[in-house]
Amino acid sequence: MSYTWMIIGMALVTAFIKAAIFMLGDRIVFPPLLKEALSFVPVTVLTAIIVPMVLAPHGGGMELTWRNPQLVASIAAVAACAVTRRQLLIIVVGLGVFFGWQLGVLG
Amino acid sequence: MSHPTRTSSFAAGARDTLPMMIGAAPFGIIFGTLVASGPLAAWQGQLMSMSVFAGSSQFIAIGLVAAHAGMLVIWFTTFIVNLRHMLYAATLLPHVAHLNARWRLALGFLLTDETFAVMNGYYRRHPDAPLGHWYFLGSGLSMYINWQLWTLVGLLFGAVFPQLQTLGLDFAMVATFIAIVVPQLNNMPRFAAALAAGICAWVFRDLPYKLGLLSAVLAGVTVGISLLHWRAKGDVEREGAA
Repeated sequence: MSYTWMIIGMALVTAFIKAAIFMLGDRIVFPPLLKEALSFVPVTVLTAIIVPMVLAPHGGGMELTWRNPQLVASIAAVAACAVTRRQLLIIVVGLGVFFGWQLGVLG
Repeated sequence: MSHPTRTSSFAAGARDTLPMMIGAAPFGIIFGTLVASGPLAAWQGQLMSMSVFAGSSQFIAIGLVAAHAGMLVIWFTTFIVNLRHMLYAATLLPHVAHLNARWRLALGFLLTDETFAVMNGYYRRHPDAPLGHWYFLGSGLSMYINWQLWTLVGLLFGAVFPQLQTLGLDFAMVATFIAIVVPQLNNMPRFAAALAAGICAWVFRDLPYKLGLLSAVLAGVTVGISLLHWRAKGDVEREGAA
């Protein structure tokens, strides 16, 4: 039940953000500094989420080792990013290395 | 020449969004699969796709649920993560300001990264299209139906293979985020912002209520803006000296 409330809250927050500007019309002006700040939001949020997941997949200390498949596969995904900009390909490469490393190398 | 009828304008919007729909398909499947392997019920996953309709915040919410974050943190994170839609709306506003409230509400709800990209291009080509809002509706609605469909596929797929989570399918989210973030690190302020956010997220990872995540975003944004301004100031001084 509390997950349902969580979802309803998320929906209200998102609908408000998406529609507020359209509903209010020309009465709002964005300060330039806020525009700049918002432009940095996607990269910082997503990076902040994945860094702990990659460095410590078991929630403990840093696993800076070749035996950490999340780390190895992340490096492969970043490398794939440098070569190609195709999102789906990057995801496939990352997952392929992840499962390959887990089953083939560490098996 | 823009499209002459409501139907042709709507259809053109849907057609021009097709590449975006294909691109979103794996994300929908991964989202559905993550829900199916986590604590949320399948219908709750579908409800989230139907009512929230904002991919990255849906992924983040699932991640935060898995990390036992509180509801307020999830709402606040949703707010922060989706704030960029205000920028999209502000950019598109001149083209929809004349519509009635119901139209503006519907188009606002259907606004996503993908539809913004499509509409931004459309309005640049046809700044005065009288039926542009039908094109907007075609793009947004097709994207919406597409997202519901692939979420459902992921939910069914994930229910068939519940062991996917123990195999580490959550890495799909990591790979997805890498594919989104890394191409955006093409200038120094954004690279430094991501680096600062990553370091900060690691250092403060044990703070309660995901405060580490929020402080990481704050630190990253501050570093990014500072570098942006510092660089702009440097450019002005160099020009002054020349």
